[in-house]
Amino acid sequence: MLRKIVNLVLALVLTQFLAVSLGHAEEGVTATEIKIGNTAPYSGPASAYGTILRAAGAYFRKVNDEGGINGRKIVFISYDDGYSPPKTYEMTRKLVEQDHVLLDFGPLGTPCNSAIWKYMNDHKVPQLFVYTGASKWGDPKGHPWTMGWQPTYHAEGFIWARYILDNIPNAKIGILYQNDDYGKDYLSGVLDGLGNKARDLIVKQQTYEVTDATVDSQIVNLKNSGANVFINITTPKFAAMAIRKAYEIGWRPTQFLNFVSASISSVLKPAGLEASKGIISAVFLKDPSDPRWANDPATKEYIAFMRKYYPEGDPYDIFNVSGYSCAQTMVQVLKQCGNDLSRANVMRQAANLRNLQLPMLLPGIVINTSPTDYYPIEQMQLGRFDGQRYELFGPIYTAVSRGKQ
Amino acid sequence: MSALLQQVISGLSTGGIYANIALALVLIYQATGVVNFAQGEMAMFSTYLAWTMINAGWPYWLAFFTTMVIAFVGGVVIERVIIRPVENAPVLTIVMVTIGLLTIFNSVAGWIYTYTVKPFPSPFSSAPIKLGPVTVSMQEVGVAGVSVATLILMYFFFQHTKVGLAMRAVVENPTSSRLVGVKVSQMLALGWGLAALVGAVAGMMVAPLVFLEPNMMSGILIYAFASATLGGFNSPGGAVVGGLLMGVLENLVGTYITFIGTELKLTVALAVILLTLLVKPSGLFGRAAVTRV
Repeated sequence: MLRKIVNLVLALVLTQFLAVSLGHAEEGVTATEIKIGNTAPYSGPASAYGTILRAAGAYFRKVNDEGGINGRKIVFISYDDGYSPPKTYEMTRKLVEQDHVLLDFGPLGTPCNSAIWKYMNDHKVPQLFVYTGASKWGDPKGHPWTMGWQPTYHAEGFIWARYILDNIPNAKIGILYQNDDYGKDYLSGVLDGLGNKARDLIVKQQTYEVTDATVDSQIVNLKNSGANVFINITTPKFAAMAIRKAYEIGWRPTQFLNFVSASISSVLKPAGLEASKGIISAVFLKDPSDPRWANDPATKEYIAFMRKYYPEGDPYDIFNVSGYSCAQTMVQVLKQCGNDLSRANVMRQAANLRNLQLPMLLPGIVINTSPTDYYPIEQMQLGRFDGQRYELFGPIYTAVSRGKQ
Repeated sequence: MSALLQQVISGLSTGGIYANIALALVLIYQATGVVNFAQGEMAMFSTYLAWTMINAGWPYWLAFFTTMVIAFVGGVVIERVIIRPVENAPVLTIVMVTIGLLTIFNSVAGWIYTYTVKPFPSPFSSAPIKLGPVTVSMQEVGVAGVSVATLILMYFFFQHTKVGLAMRAVVENPTSSRLVGVKVSQMLALGWGLAALVGAVAGMMVAPLVFLEPNMMSGILIYAFASATLGGFNSPGGAVVGGLLMGVLENLVGTYITFIGTELKLTVALAVILLTLLVKPSGLFGRAAVTRV
């Protein structure tokens, strides 16, 4: 009798234990659902970026309408953090501890991701395809649960440098950069790309602070240094000021502009389209407003998707193209996971993307990751602004992002 | 040599921006005895109103003058509704109220107009003018010109009109002013209205240079405070000279003193505030406050 009771109790305890551990292994996953969390700035100073995650959420709806992933529907929980890191931390804890999501997809902003970086890695929750260009996210040894997506600032700087070495023989380079991690990330990319030629080619470096009223003084110094190449590593307002000031004082260098500020409507138009002619910027997505893609089936499919699933969004906004493509990368990872939807397997598959082509990436650009390569997109092509749009030219460049680790 | 000259000219044009905002700060201080931290944001918000009108197809000058009227009325309303209840509270309370106004205007502008940079039209041509080795734009000359014109108008208003005299009297000694028949509370409201108006003009002059966005004044305001402190908080002329000096100083220090460079330009502004307060608290052109004991 006693033995029977003991057996019963033991069996009970065992099943409980099993249930708990199983539940833990498949946090956020049931037979019919996969729960994915996110934080993004839908309000506040960076709210223009919020549309990226709206487009991504719309893509998940499309996937669900088409039957989901292996029969499971995606439940996408996206919270507003107002681009404020403490809020990001609070919302992320809610996602992990109360909503029990499988993973955090595409949290946006360098300071916001920095705030949850340690938390996610301590709790071993995937922090996947974070929306920032900082190069620190590709650190599989120190932070195996975090991975970026877009080309890094470092990669872009590296690519400009390669183009300059190949095409501008008598380059004298002047650089203007924001005096913070973002600016220095770009700068290190340029320096790595130039290699041992950096010392000879760079004739002047100038910095500015976000509190500066103008960058006029810096532009005057760059012009007076005799530079014939201008690398413009600035956020939109300062980018527009720098372009206009250079034009006004009659400085006509070959200009490189970071994609942070490559927007035609919010940077080049305010700066003046005439002043912006000839500016070179790096590109990795198809711009749906470019007539070159007017008959491209992938672009047509994307526009149809926007009209149906995100009609209030602007299909020609490159941010939406980006959210659409990033969500496709996420879906590919979940498909590769099959029925093993554990957090560890999600990271294994995220680090096992092989020559993945996405419809809206420029032809020739592919996504590759491995357990030692946490940089999904490392290729870009250059585009030159012709007064109306960026005209793509030259080959697809591949950056070497790994110098830093 | 031409590099030095170009840096000085560019410093003067940036200084013109600081001077404009510093003037508005000094005006409200002279007229009400309050240091208004929301001055920059009120100017930014007025500029957005002008932008809305211009975008709706209004001619520039119509929008310009309508904005001035709205800013004036807005300033009076703010004084009546928000400042009046804390009028006799300690200085810190008033400072906190104006800082509250600052964040409210900033967030509301962001909420309505988003944080995307917008170009703002200028009444002056943007064509560059070549003066020997240096180039300036008509816009920069215009901004400096407007701050000088505002200065002259302010001087006449405070020195040669009855209302101006009454406003100065109210700040000097409210009780005596009331006894001789000056309507103190009306004068304070008028002071806020005028300061908002001058701020609106400054905003519309500065926006074509620094572009319109909700945070366009945040950096400038610090420099404007430094300029007003340097010139003397009760001297409009001092504010203009202080602003121009700040602009030139910042450029020369950033260019020629290598250990400061462009990285510590803001520190220069803060150091100027500190040094002025330590050495000559009333500023270069300000009168020291004298109290009979």
